[in-house]
Amino acid sequence: MTATSDDAPPTMAKDADVRADAAASLSQGHGDHLIGRTVTINRPREDLFTYWRDFANLPSFMDNVVRIDTLSPTRTHWVVKAPAGRTVEWDATVTDEREGEYIAWASDEGADVPNSGTITFRDAGDRGTIVTATIVYDPPAGVVGKIVAKLFQREPAIQARRDLRRFKQLMETGEVATAAYTAKQLEEEKA
Amino acid sequence: MRALTWHGKHDVRVDTVDDPEILNPRDAIIKITSTAICGSDLHLYDGYIPTMKPGDILGHEFMGEVVETGPKSTLQKGQRVVVPFTIACGSCYHCGKHQYSACDNGNPADNQDIGMELYGQPMSGLFGYSHLTGGYAGGQAEYVRVPFSDVGPIVVPEGLEDDEVLFLSDILPTGWQAAENADIEPGDTVAVWGCGPVGLFAVQSAFLMGAARVIAIDHFPHRLELAKKFGAETINFEESKTYEALMEMTGGIGPDAVIDAVGLEAHGFFVDNVIDQIKKSTFLGTDRTHSIRQAIVACRKGGRVSMPAVYGGIVDKFPLGAFMEKGLTLKTGQTSVQHYMPALLNAIIEGKIDTTFLISHRMSLEDAPQGYKMFHDNQNEVTKVVLKPGFAPTSTIAAE
Repeated sequence: MTATSDDAPPTMAKDADVRADAAASLSQGHGDHLIGRTVTINRPREDLFTYWRDFANLPSFMDNVVRIDTLSPTRTHWVVKAPAGRTVEWDATVTDEREGEYIAWASDEGADVPNSGTITFRDAGDRGTIVTATIVYDPPAGVVGKIVAKLFQREPAIQARRDLRRFKQLMETGEVATAAYTAKQLEEEKA
Repeated sequence: MRALTWHGKHDVRVDTVDDPEILNPRDAIIKITSTAICGSDLHLYDGYIPTMKPGDILGHEFMGEVVETGPKSTLQKGQRVVVPFTIACGSCYHCGKHQYSACDNGNPADNQDIGMELYGQPMSGLFGYSHLTGGYAGGQAEYVRVPFSDVGPIVVPEGLEDDEVLFLSDILPTGWQAAENADIEPGDTVAVWGCGPVGLFAVQSAFLMGAARVIAIDHFPHRLELAKKFGAETINFEESKTYEALMEMTGGIGPDAVIDAVGLEAHGFFVDNVIDQIKKSTFLGTDRTHSIRQAIVACRKGGRVSMPAVYGGIVDKFPLGAFMEKGLTLKTGQTSVQHYMPALLNAIIEGKIDTTFLISHRMSLEDAPQGYKMFHDNQNEVTKVVLKPGFAPTSTIAAE
C-alpha cells in the first residue's frame, strides 16, 4: 500500500500507484480510473443523503443518465447515454451505507462500464455539508467499448464536477440553472 | 419578439426571435420598457469578448413590467421591476453573505469550467454577456426570462420614471460599491480615475460617504464637466500631469483613497485573458494598467485603493513594492447589485443621488444598431444611450 505523507486526498496524488491503491481500496473497486470530486452544499447532510439515496432522483442532475430503475432497496438498473443516440445499461448494488453519512455502490458482473464508488456527506457547520464523490471505473474494450470509452473518458472528472454542481444547484435553489429561454432550447440542451 | 442580437464585430441587428418562456419555478418573464447600452457592451461590439455566438441577445441593464411568473416567483404580474445584471440564487453560502456577484449557482454548471480554469473558482452568471458568464439572453429585447426572480428584481414604487431607476441594474450600485470599497472617512480626499458612468456615480457616492474633496481624472471635457457638476475638482490628463497635480492639490500628501474606474467598461473580466494575450495586452493592457499603477503611486501612505475597473488577466509592471511599502489596502470585485439596490432606490427617492443626468440619448429598440455606433464613435458626447422598445423607430430624441 503506497500513500502520500501529507493530508491531501489520494485522488489528488501525483503518484499513479497511490491512486491505484486508493481505487483498489474502494468497496469492490473495478479498474484503475479514479475520480474524486468534492462540493460544499448549503443544506443539512440528512436532506442530501435522502435525496441521493433515492437513485431514481439522480438523472435530474446527472446529464448522462437517462434513468435509474429501482429494482429493490439496494439494487438499481442504470440507463446511460452513449454517443450516436445509443445507451449503455447495467445493474448496480448498494454495497454499504450509513444513514446520513455515506453510500457505496458497485456495478454487477457483466456491466458495459464496470464501476463503483462512494458518496460521502460530512457536516460543514454553517456552510452546510461537504459532499465527496469517489468513482472508480473501467474503460470498456471492443468497438462498443471505444464508443463508450469516448463518452466516459472525455474528461470524466469534468462530468463528475458538473453533475455535482447541478446537485448543489438543485439542493440549494430548488432548480438546475439554465440559460435557455425557450422550452425547445432547454430540450436541445439536455439532449 | 424583437431583440438586439450580436452577429460579429460591429455587426448587431434587431431580429425577430422566439419569445422567452418560463422554464424554472423561480423564473419570471419581464416586458422591457427601458434598457441601456453599457460601455461594456462596446467590448462585445468590438469583438473582444470570446465565446459569443451569432444570434446572442445583448443587454444587462434593463427594467420592465412583469408579465408572467413561475410558481416559486414572488413577483406579481403588472409590477414594474429593475433587474440586477448579476444572476444570483440567494440561497448559497455567498449569497447568504450578500456576496451576490460570487453566487455559486447563477452560472449554469457546464459554463463554470472556464471560470475555474481562469480564476480558480467560477463567478456568478450575467445577462447578455457571452457564454463564459452563462450565455443568458439579455434585456435589449421586448421580453426577457429572469431566473431567480424572487431574489434579484426590485419593485419600483409608483411615481418614479424609468430613467430615474434604470441604473439600479448596474452602474449606480457599481459606483456606490467602488466608493464603499474605498473605506472613506469624513474629511477624506478621494481621487477617481475615469468619468464614465461608474466613475461619475462613484464621485456622487464618495461625497455622500463624507469625502471632503473628490478629484476626478479623465480626458473627455464633457465628462469632466459632469463630474464638476457634482462638486468634484478635475484633472484633464491631456492638459496636466496627473501625479504631480494630485500631490500639489493634496498638500504633498496624496489622496487618502483612490478609485480606478477606467477599465470598468469591460465587465467581462476576461478580455485580456482568453483572447490572444500578447496582442491585446500590449494595447488594452498598457492603457488600463496605467490607471491602477498611477493610482497606487499617487495614493497616500496607509491609504485605500478601490478598483471597480475590470481586469481579466495577469498583469506585469504592477507596483507591488509601492503597494507594500506604503501599506495600502486594495478592495475590488464585480458588483453585488442585489445587496445595494434597496438603499440606493431610497437614495433616489430622497433625491440624494441624481441618475438621469447621465442619459444623453433615448431611442427605439429598433434603432439599437445606430445607438451602438453612436456610442462607439463618440464617447465624449454620448454618455448613455437608453433604448425604449415602446418608442417608434428612428425617433431618436436627444435629451437636451
